[in-house]
Amino acid sequence: MIEFHLNSRSGVAPYLQLVRQVRQALRLGLLQAGDQLPTVKDVAGSLAINPNTVLKAYRVLEYEGLAAAKPGVGTFVTKTVSDESVSTHKRLNLELAAWVGRAQLAGLDFEDMEALFQRAVRSAAQEEAV
Amino acid sequence: MTNAIEARALGKRYGRRWALADCTLTIPAGHVAGLVGPNGAGKTTLISLATGMLAPTTGTVEVLGGRPAAGPGQLARVGYVAQDTPTYAGLSVADHLRLGAHLNPRWDAAMARARIEQLGLDPKQKAGKLSGGQRAQLALTVALAKRPELLILDEPIASLDPAARREFLQVLMNATAEQELSVVMSSHQVSDLERVSDYLVVLVASRVRIEGEVDGLLATHHLLTGPRRDAASLTASQQVITESHTGRQSTFLVRTSEAVIDPAWTVDPVSLEDLIVAYMGHASTESAEIRMLEVKR
Amino acid sequence: MIWLTWRQFRPQAIAAACALAAVAIVLIATRPGLSADYTAAGLSACHAHCATAASIFLDRVGNFDKFLDFAGVLLIIVAPALMGLFWGAPLIAREVADGTHRIAWNQSVTRTRWTIVKLGLVGLAAIATAGLLSLIVTWWTSPIDAASLAGGSAQAATGGNGVHVTFNGFAEARLDPVIFDARGVAPLGYAALAFALGVTAGVLLRRTLPAMAVTLVAFVAIQVLMPNFIRPYLLPPSHATVPLSIQNGIHVNTNAGSGLSEIQLTGSFAKPGTWVLSQAFYTGRRVDPYVIVTSSGPELVMAPQACIPTPGSSGINPADCQSALAALHLRESVIYQPASRFWPLQWIETGIYLLLAAGLGWVCVWQIRRKRTP
Repeated sequence: MIEFHLNSRSGVAPYLQLVRQVRQALRLGLLQAGDQLPTVKDVAGSLAINPNTVLKAYRVLEYEGLAAAKPGVGTFVTKTVSDESVSTHKRLNLELAAWVGRAQLAGLDFEDMEALFQRAVRSAAQEEAV
Repeated sequence: MTNAIEARALGKRYGRRWALADCTLTIPAGHVAGLVGPNGAGKTTLISLATGMLAPTTGTVEVLGGRPAAGPGQLARVGYVAQDTPTYAGLSVADHLRLGAHLNPRWDAAMARARIEQLGLDPKQKAGKLSGGQRAQLALTVALAKRPELLILDEPIASLDPAARREFLQVLMNATAEQELSVVMSSHQVSDLERVSDYLVVLVASRVRIEGEVDGLLATHHLLTGPRRDAASLTASQQVITESHTGRQSTFLVRTSEAVIDPAWTVDPVSLEDLIVAYMGHASTESAEIRMLEVKR
Repeated sequence: MIWLTWRQFRPQAIAAACALAAVAIVLIATRPGLSADYTAAGLSACHAHCATAASIFLDRVGNFDKFLDFAGVLLIIVAPALMGLFWGAPLIAREVADGTHRIAWNQSVTRTRWTIVKLGLVGLAAIATAGLLSLIVTWWTSPIDAASLAGGSAQAATGGNGVHVTFNGFAEARLDPVIFDARGVAPLGYAALAFALGVTAGVLLRRTLPAMAVTLVAFVAIQVLMPNFIRPYLLPPSHATVPLSIQNGIHVNTNAGSGLSEIQLTGSFAKPGTWVLSQAFYTGRRVDPYVIVTSSGPELVMAPQACIPTPGSSGINPADCQSALAALHLRESVIYQPASRFWPLQWIETGIYLLLAAGLGWVCVWQIRRKRTP
C-alpha cells in the first residue's frame, strides 16, 4: 500500500500533492491495477489533514480514470501505466532536452529557464481551473 | 443540510465593552472550520455563545439548527473541548470514561476504550498526573466518544509541544473522517489551520473580517505586483485588502472574482497564512507606513 | 449524574464516615457507665420528685464523661458549619474555578439537572450526617438530660487531689440556647442551611475560599441571631409572677471576716427545664423608693434600715435584713418558655431552616441557568 507524505512548504495544494504521489507511484510500478489506496480515514489520520482534501484527491484520480471507488469497501487503482504513455513521455523528454539546448544557446541560465517553465505551467493550470 | 453554526447580528457585552459585536456568519456542516484571530478578538466569546455557556446580549445563534444547550438532545449533538482542555484532576482516566458513559445516552464505550489503549494511557492514572498532551487527548476522547455531530474546540493545543499537537490533529482528523463530524476549531497556529481546515473565519476586534471556504478564498485572492500606482486606479471589482508601496513599485493584495487581465501586473497566489495575516491587519499596515515614510524622504 | 456526584463526593463521604464511626465507638463504649450510675442513683425506678436522686446521679458523673458531654455539644454545633464550608462552598465554586464546568455542562445533561442532583444528594448527605450525629449524641446524653429535667443540679465536683472542677453548661436545660442547637432535629436544619449557604456563596462568588469565609460569617450570624432574637418569639412565651420570701429567693450572706454582706435576690422560679427569657423584680407597694428595676436586674436604691451597716458596727444582722426585705413583699415577674415547648420549637425552627435552605437552593439553580459563566 502506498504511504503518502505532505510538504507543507511546497506551495502546491495538498490534494494535488496526493494526486501526484499516486501518479508517480503508478509510473514507478509501485501501484498496479487492483491495489487498494489507503482509506480516507487513514490518510487524514496519519497526515493530520482534512478528510475532504483526501476525498478531493481521490475524486481527481477517479476523473482521470486512474482509480475507482467501491462504496463500502474503498478506492482501488484501475489503471496500470501503459506503454503508450511511456512512449509519449519519451518523446516529450526529447523535445524538452532540445528546448533546453536552444535556451542555453540564447544565453539563459538554469534559473531563467526554471522561471520560464514555472510561469508556463502555472498559467496553464490557471486556465484549466477557470 | 443544516449549518453547523449560524449567527445573526450576534453580540455580547460586558459593561461598556463589546466582546463580540454584530457577528453574522454561516459555518456550513461537513467542514472543518478554522476560527482565527488575535487574542481578545472574541473567539472564545463566540465559542462560549455557541456552546451555550453564555447568553447573548444581542442577536441570535443557532447550532445545528437548534438553540445552544437547549436540552439534553441538543447537548448530545455538540461536543466541546474548552481552552487548555480541562479535566478532573482527581478522577482517573477510567473515571472520565465512566463519566461520559453515565452522562451521555449515545456513549460509544468500545470506541473510547480502544482510543485510550491506542494512545497508551493508563486507565488508573489520575488525570492531574498526565502530561499536557495526554490530557488534551483524554478530553478529546471524551468529546468524541459522545458521538456528536459537531465538535467545537477552543484553542485546544495552543500550549502543547509540536509532537503532541501533531498527534492531537491526527486523532481529530481520523475521527472527523470516521464519524463524519463537523468541526469548528479556534487556533493561533496558522500552519495547523492550513493542514486541517477547509473553511475559514477571521475574527478581529470583536468583528468578523472574512469568512468562506478556503479553496474559494485562495482562488479569489491575488497578490498583484507592478509599477507604482494608487489603489484608486484599480478596477471596481478588485477589492484592496492591503497595499504597500515603494518609490517605484506597488504591491496589492486584492480580492476579486474576475480574472486579472492587466498585463502590467504580476499575479501571484496568496498563501492561507498571508491571507489571514492580511485580514488581521498587522504586518501589512506596518510595512505600508514604513514605506510611506521612505517615499516622503 | 448520580454516579458523578457520588464519585466527586467520595473522599468527603469517607472522611465523614470515619469521623462518625470514631465518635460512635467512643460514645458506645462509655454509655454503659452512665446507665449504671443512673440506675444506681435510683432514677430509673423513680417516677416523681426525683430531684434528689437526679442530683446524686449528676454528681457521680465523672470528669471524662462531663468532657464528652461538652465535646458532644460542641461537635454537633460545629459539624453543620464544617459541612457548609467543606461540602457546600466548593461544590460548585471549585468546578467553576477549575474550569471543569466546561466538561460537566457539555455532556448530555442540562446544567439545571446537574445543579439539582448535586445539591440534592450532597445536601441529603449533610442532613443525614447531622441526623446520625444528633441521634447518637442525644442517645448518649439521655440520662443526663432526664436528670436535668427531673430537677437535679450538679455541684462542683472534687477532683482526686482536692481540686474543684466545674464544667459550665453541664446538665443545663434542653431549651438552653446552646444545648437546644445540639439536640433533637435542630442539627438537621442547621446542616441543611449551612450547606445551602455554602453552595450559594460558591455560586455567587465563584471562588472557594471567599465562599468559605462568607459562609462562616453568615452561619455564625444566624447562630447568634436565632437564639437571642427570634427563637424566644416563635411561640408566645408564658408569664408568671412569683412572690419572694425568706425561704424562697431572698438570701443575705455575710462574710464574717471582712464584715461585708451580700444581698442576693435570686430567682425563685425554679421549674426545671424552662428557658427563662427575662426576670423583673418589683415590690407590691405602689410607692417604691426601695427597688428600681433596670434592664440588667433589680437594684436596691435604698436598702431597708436593717440592711445598711452602721459605721463602727461589725456589719449587719443577716436575719434582720432578711426580714426587712421580706416585708417589702417583693415579687418576681418571669417571662419564659416552658420545658414542654422543646419539641414544638424544634420543629418550627427546623422547618424555617429547611425552607430557607430550599430557597437558597432555588437561588443557586436560577443563577446557574442565567448562563453567565463562560
